[in-house]
Amino acid sequence: MGEIAIGLRLAWRNLWRNPRRTAITLAVVVVGVWGMIFMIAVMRGMVDGMLLDGIRSLPGHVQIHNPSFRDDPTINNLLPTPNNNLAAALNDLGVVAWSARVRVPAVIMSERNSRGVTLIGIDPATEAPLSFVADDMAEGRFLEGAEDVGLILGRRLVDRLGTEVGKRVVVMTQDPDNEIADRGFRIVGVYEAQVASTEESYAFVGRGTLQSLLGIGDQVSEIAVLGADYRDVEALYQRIDAAVGDGAEVLPWYELNRYLSSMLGVMDGFVLVWIVVIFLALSFGLVNTLIMAVFERVREIGLMMALGMKPAVILGQVLAESLILLGIGLLIGDILAWATVQPLRGGIDLSVVSDGMEMMGVGNVLTPSLRASDVVLATVVVLVLGIFASLFPAVCASRYHPVEAITKD
Amino acid sequence: MYAVRCVNVRKIYKQGDEDVIGLDGVSLEVKKGGFVCLRSPSGGGKTTLLNVMGGLDRPDSGEVLVAGKRIDNLSKGQLAHIRLHQIGFVFQAYNLIPVLTARENVEFVMQVQGVQAVERRQRSTEILAEVGLAGLEDRRPAKMSGGQQQRVAVARAIVSNPAIVLADEPTANLDSRTAGHLMELFVALNENHGTTLIIATHDQMVMGYAKRLIRMLDGKLVEDIDHEAS
Repeated sequence: MGEIAIGLRLAWRNLWRNPRRTAITLAVVVVGVWGMIFMIAVMRGMVDGMLLDGIRSLPGHVQIHNPSFRDDPTINNLLPTPNNNLAAALNDLGVVAWSARVRVPAVIMSERNSRGVTLIGIDPATEAPLSFVADDMAEGRFLEGAEDVGLILGRRLVDRLGTEVGKRVVVMTQDPDNEIADRGFRIVGVYEAQVASTEESYAFVGRGTLQSLLGIGDQVSEIAVLGADYRDVEALYQRIDAAVGDGAEVLPWYELNRYLSSMLGVMDGFVLVWIVVIFLALSFGLVNTLIMAVFERVREIGLMMALGMKPAVILGQVLAESLILLGIGLLIGDILAWATVQPLRGGIDLSVVSDGMEMMGVGNVLTPSLRASDVVLATVVVLVLGIFASLFPAVCASRYHPVEAITKD
Repeated sequence: MYAVRCVNVRKIYKQGDEDVIGLDGVSLEVKKGGFVCLRSPSGGGKTTLLNVMGGLDRPDSGEVLVAGKRIDNLSKGQLAHIRLHQIGFVFQAYNLIPVLTARENVEFVMQVQGVQAVERRQRSTEILAEVGLAGLEDRRPAKMSGGQQQRVAVARAIVSNPAIVLADEPTANLDSRTAGHLMELFVALNENHGTTLIIATHDQMVMGYAKRLIRMLDGKLVEDIDHEAS
């Protein structure tokens, strides 16, 4: 204990023998850690934004389909509208919201243009808490019921069609018998989604209206379910799968949208790579400082060895200097990163680069996400790699021969 | 009872491609409580002999015993243990750890030995007072004169009652007055505490204080004058 105590005291005091050098190295560590944590928070925020936007863009956390729907997503592979038993089960499974939808490909024709879209029949009451469309209404009104005969379009699609709220368009699709099913709809509302490409892709009508148009009775294409948190979807998915049984296929969001789930995996890998890259940059400063400190103290190290201090304690002393430096740098860097992220919790407006952000599937507002697990990971990686980086100067110091060290010029 | 004993000790150094004889069959016994001066021209072997007796260096052949225990065949760790518990060192320069105060320098060896803080403080206070540094306990070496620094080094060397204290040119960087004070301190320690002192020097003044004077040349003992025996 005595050796450890004196080793730590020497490590601390030796750090401040050359305050300017220590301060510069500390600044390097602080800036490195701050940059590391802040960038991770920004990237996490970006991926979270992509995931949340992606999940809000209809998939929900879990979906129930006809077992053939994924292979052949047509009007021929439908589910019955959930009966009372399934509805009660869904309501008892910790589900925040669920909604049954009809989904068909369709063509919308205005007097000036036509576009292919995915036409979705929804019950606005159950759909509103689950997906983006009710929240993102920009003009007109939202649907008022499953039998509403109005049509909701995205802003960009309205522009492409050269139409507007209040005008009529013709919607044409196919029924289960492959016959053309078409009818006129009046545009009652326009939504503006976080990602502009969504605005061109989806059009919404009342579910009952679409079921009537297609002649499919009360059948639906999918039942989307929203849980409390997309990260904790596994338990919810298991419960719903057990409740639904073999008659339908239940899939979590990460199966429904492989791109989003792969982004989450890539992000975890990116965080680790980013931490290591930043550490490598700051490790040069750290190792340089330690080597200089050791070379300047060769005689002193020889003296301590001559007096009976074990080489392992000398090694520990140099490592302790490194760890103290890294520990202070991590603490200040973490606090700075937290202080930088806090004012940005409302989000960073990136509308000036919205086109670029859209290509990445991210909305115009980026909200940095600072996670305790990322801070802990960064701290552990920096400390562990710091020990490895400091081993070279520490081993050099511990291997000095006392006589040679004391007499070194 | 011998504090230190060397039997036919040889040590050869490499200097470039040449072998240089550091010690050439040195045999020596120093009694407990002895006060020995080793003198030689530069390169005569006195520092090498001190290093070998102090466990800082291993001889190529021969035996070295400190307080009855053979040390020439010990591992690095075992030698460090011997140096910590049996031997006190005073070097010519760079004797103190600059970031520690006088008291902390004195306590350094005791702390490494694992002596409790209360006892460390009491012993360091006493020994610093004994070497004339009462009131300077909290000064760092940079704020002390060369003589004061050497006194701190002496205090550190004797504070844990080692079997022998080895001093290599302890007065080399001191003026004659300060050197005289330091030697008087060594004499007092030798007489009052029975501390065994072996000092390597080429300073005639220092030799005047010794009870036994050994002259070395080319790694051999060529003269041994023991005033006590005579």
